[in-house]
Amino acid sequence: MRTVRMLATAALAGAALLGLTAPGASADTPTADPSAGAGPTEAGTTFRTAARFLPGQQATAQAATGDYLYWVFPADTGQRPTVNATVTLPDSALRHGPTTWRVDVYDGLRRRQPCMYGTQSRTAAKEAASVELACVLRPVRAAADAWANDPLPGSYYVRLTVTGLADEDLGQPFTARVGVTTLDKGGAYATDGSLAAPLVPGATTADQAEADADAGRPSAVEAAAPEDGWSSGWWSDRWIWTAAGGVLAALAGIGGYVLTRGTGRPPRVPPTV
Amino acid sequence: MITRKRLATGAVALLAALTAALLPTSAAADEPVAKESPKVELVLDVSGSMRAKDIDGKSRMSAAKQAFNEVLDAVPEEVRLGIRTLGADYPGPDRKRGCKDTRQLYPVGPLDRTEAKTAVATLAPTGWTPIGPALLGAADDLGDDGATKRIVLITDGEDTCAPLDPCQVAREIAAKGIHLVIDTLGLVPDAKTRQQLTCIAEATGGTYTSVHRTEELSRRVKQLVDRAADPVVTPVGTKGTARCVDAPLLKAGLYTDRETFGEHRWYRVDLLPGQELRASVSVSADRAVNNDYGVLLRAVTLHGREIVRGSEAGDGRTDVISTGLRYPKPDLDEGPGDVKPAAETVCLQVSNSFSAPPSVKTTPGMPIELTVDVVDGPSAASDVAAFGLGRGWWLLGVLVLAGFLAGLLWGWVSRWRVAVWRTN
Repeated sequence: MRTVRMLATAALAGAALLGLTAPGASADTPTADPSAGAGPTEAGTTFRTAARFLPGQQATAQAATGDYLYWVFPADTGQRPTVNATVTLPDSALRHGPTTWRVDVYDGLRRRQPCMYGTQSRTAAKEAASVELACVLRPVRAAADAWANDPLPGSYYVRLTVTGLADEDLGQPFTARVGVTTLDKGGAYATDGSLAAPLVPGATTADQAEADADAGRPSAVEAAAPEDGWSSGWWSDRWIWTAAGGVLAALAGIGGYVLTRGTGRPPRVPPTV
Repeated sequence: MITRKRLATGAVALLAALTAALLPTSAAADEPVAKESPKVELVLDVSGSMRAKDIDGKSRMSAAKQAFNEVLDAVPEEVRLGIRTLGADYPGPDRKRGCKDTRQLYPVGPLDRTEAKTAVATLAPTGWTPIGPALLGAADDLGDDGATKRIVLITDGEDTCAPLDPCQVAREIAAKGIHLVIDTLGLVPDAKTRQQLTCIAEATGGTYTSVHRTEELSRRVKQLVDRAADPVVTPVGTKGTARCVDAPLLKAGLYTDRETFGEHRWYRVDLLPGQELRASVSVSADRAVNNDYGVLLRAVTLHGREIVRGSEAGDGRTDVISTGLRYPKPDLDEGPGDVKPAAETVCLQVSNSFSAPPSVKTTPGMPIELTVDVVDGPSAASDVAAFGLGRGWWLLGVLVLAGFLAGLLWGWVSRWRVAVWRTN
């Protein structure tokens, strides 16, 4: 297994050096943490105005209870994003009862994405100082059929809001902190096929994108890309597994062949034929 | 019978073609958006109740003035800012006059900070609280050009000028489709004020804040003004119809419309073979609605066959409910090459299952935001796994076993052949 991993790492490093996995991006620091912590300090209030941040960054916002806060982050094939949100509640002396907070995640088509694990919604007691919420999304697949709700590479929206509170508590100041960590699920979820463009609002056909690039307009897909660009999606560790399987099969074949032949030349055959 | 049906279909198709030709896309959304600088109007309550000294030991009015000074200093360059007052001039008891008491203190335009500050300094708490008329006036001040517009309403009391419900006024202003958001701030609000201000904010997609301290006020107003300065794509207004045949033909872009409870709205999109349609829709709950709700977006052919749907349901407090769908239209296999393939008209149907208590007005409808993107089609999957490749210990086991057996077989065959060769 270790050999396989090493092979995979070597191949990945080679691919990264060749710039195959990250076209047009600086591939010399493939695993560097994107300037941890430095995220946006404001949140959007609609899908359209969602504040963008990258996995590894912490986005913060000051808002009033009752506001709907929106952020957006990119997720690419093979990643399993985990959204963490911390709400620092208003001064408990000002509050009149428990509050229920909720974090929802939507994909680039504004379809709600279910959480595999994590406390998506939590009720804070009147005295509580903060609430922690989490949502572990399903691993992002390269493709899905049109009738499925599977997570696809593209933009993901995070919406944080209070869903239950005493009416008197509306409009009080709170601060929120949102971060995303991604876990690489490797080839286990490597599916065949791929989207022509990630699920990013404003994505266009290749012809249109070319025309836009000529006109100097930034492309929505590029603007929404993760730090090292969207992956082309062809690479997965399935190549390593299959190739290693082929090598092992060849070795086993030689082994089986040798077994039938015994060692060396059969004794009845004369040395010179 | 069949002929008649065919004729009918032909007529429908002809009608569709005609309407398509006659109604050139009203919404060319992919054209570059005109960059007009955003407009903000601060609407300040100067009614008699602003004399109350309960914000940091100072009067509400002086807190508001201090906050205004700080905000005026921090307004971003590109924002065109105006100030309107309500209840600033008429101190008398005549309700009719008191309810018309709203005026523009500083016109919406490039900001002269000293001038604006001087104007604010002259204010003294005086009259009534005509919120509805003030909002109408503010909407007029902001005009109806393509700029993003924001009204920041700062008040300490509910509207005293019924029957004009400021909440309804706000909803009607928003329904004009001029991209206007109203944010409300309540200074030490009571229950009724809070209810009214949240209703106004909700009706336009704005926010509500309750303020108990001066610094909260200035920080929040600054934040709201900055928010107005953020560049944002403004959606194009469109009007869906009750049937697909005469529905508006949409190109890729961002659209808004209105839909009342239980209404269906249809839109059309042309899609070439080998392209993928991506559509998503958000229906905003801009008024008090019942606890359970849903939205359904369907892609249907001209003949009424459903291709794919997106649906979502929810309950409880929410701002919007959204769903989306993808429709990759397969590429044509045998292409004559030089003949351009015909586009398919895909009908998009938006429906919602919101409901509201009988006391809630159903018109104008709830705002819909519709995004339409057309991208190249996905590369088809020929297998579940990427390139049909395998993975895992079972795969290795099977391959090793198969290889071993093949080696054995090969060895036996060659031994047998050697034996046969020797006996001959």
